[in-house]
Amino acid sequence: MKKLSPKLSQKLAVSLLTVAMIITLIPVSAIIFIIVKNGISAISWEFLFSMPTQGMRAGGIFPAIVGTIAIVSCSIATALPIGVCAAIYLNEYARDNLLTRIIKLAIVNLAGIPSVVYGLFGLGIFVMFLGFGVSIIAGALTLAIMELPVIITTARSALSNVPNSFREASLALGVSRWQTIRHIVLPNALPGILTGAILSIARVAGETAPILFTAAAFYTPNLPHSVFDQVMALPYHLFIISTQIPNMPKNIIFGTALVLLVMVLSMSLIAIIARIIFRKRRKW
Amino acid sequence: MTKIKMNIANLNCFYAKKQVLENISLHINANQILSIIGPSNSGKTTFLRTLNRMSDFDADYWRKGKVFLDEKDIFSMNMEKLRSRVGMLFAMPMPLPLSIFENVAYAPRRLNLLKGKPKKYIDEIVETSLRDASLWDEVKDRLDESAMKMSGGQQQRLCIARILAIDPEVILFDEPCSGLDPISTAKVEETMMALKKRYTIVLVTNNVKQASRVGDVTAFFLMGKLIEIDDTAKLFVAPKQKETNDYITGRFG
Repeated sequence: MKKLSPKLSQKLAVSLLTVAMIITLIPVSAIIFIIVKNGISAISWEFLFSMPTQGMRAGGIFPAIVGTIAIVSCSIATALPIGVCAAIYLNEYARDNLLTRIIKLAIVNLAGIPSVVYGLFGLGIFVMFLGFGVSIIAGALTLAIMELPVIITTARSALSNVPNSFREASLALGVSRWQTIRHIVLPNALPGILTGAILSIARVAGETAPILFTAAAFYTPNLPHSVFDQVMALPYHLFIISTQIPNMPKNIIFGTALVLLVMVLSMSLIAIIARIIFRKRRKW
Repeated sequence: MTKIKMNIANLNCFYAKKQVLENISLHINANQILSIIGPSNSGKTTFLRTLNRMSDFDADYWRKGKVFLDEKDIFSMNMEKLRSRVGMLFAMPMPLPLSIFENVAYAPRRLNLLKGKPKKYIDEIVETSLRDASLWDEVKDRLDESAMKMSGGQQQRLCIARILAIDPEVILFDEPCSGLDPISTAKVEETMMALKKRYTIVLVTNNVKQASRVGDVTAFFLMGKLIEIDDTAKLFVAPKQKETNDYITGRFG
């Protein structure tokens, strides 16, 4: 067989790679297009800020939005400090021995566990064993465990991206290890840590399975009063109205999906913008 | 009679199973510059990093033997306390990602040196330290700028100022001029000469000429062993060992 000319093979490669790129773009844009097209008509002030009525076939999705925000903010408030502390320990203090390597491996594997397993775990531990019942706190803690591997991994890489010379320079002046971490390493790792945290929020905000058994209610007539109340949550609400309720208006289903999509995407957008701002401000 | 500032007795250093320093015994006189010369891999930097225990952070590092600072064993001292008395300047300039002012003020703040002092005191420390490092005139109008924007030579002098701000007793220089041009090198050397009035200085250098210019005493390390140590004037004129002679005349290898 005759070899292709360099020019031709170059053209061939470029067009193949371009096609691959376009194929990946198609589903994303199709999802967004379909959801926006079918859902935009449902979006209104009333839809966003009122209670559902007529067996959820009309009215708004306010309690579901509130519920999702409540669960997610409680979960990140728990997971972020724990995750960052664990990452600091692993990156700055732990010696590189077998135990540390096992812990690191375990954290990576934790990220691969199916979300429904987390849900069952949360049901067993938080709902039943600790007696929180189906509640915001139980769901938030379950999601927090799910977020931990993501937060620890991103925080660790943010910490190890801080040049070692900064640590040496500080330590050589007689400054203690903790002060070095507190005043030099952490401020410089913060952008990366925050980006990871926001992305992990985006990841769990759309999760259905972990809150299915731990936090979500089919319908609540009132907004939650405390973290021990059940709540409606967007992903679960979406599941219910699209499968469990007959004669559901299509635009409400897609409208709900649109709200969820916008919430998750805006999280990612915030993360991207934050990263750009911090990168510009970086001093080295 | 010169006072002995540091005394090293039978120091052996290892990385895992590899011995990098063998039975080093020497003393460092107060208010003098001891230069250490020798080819790379002769253990000079390990020796220096042992003197303020920066090597304690290196993986697989261990040692036998004793080092005394004013007759106190440094290995039983508090590490942070030791490092605030024995400062270290690295081969590459390592400014912290802070402003010029904050780089110098960093350690005094962290080490609580400002306790009970008026608020203006830190400004004084920064100015004196920058003056002593002969950097003040170049930076006095831009103390709020990032230290990362300075030239390499300026950064290195900033790092000297940062050490002076905590007023140590000994300063260790680890090839401080290896990345600098001749003019910056001359400035750093000048600074060193001026500093020895107040501090004891140990200078590791790959530049034999530099050792002969600034050192009061010179030590020659080879393959982890101390081959010879003597007054610089004597060592460069009439070395006792053949290896020393070969190295300083550039016939080594």
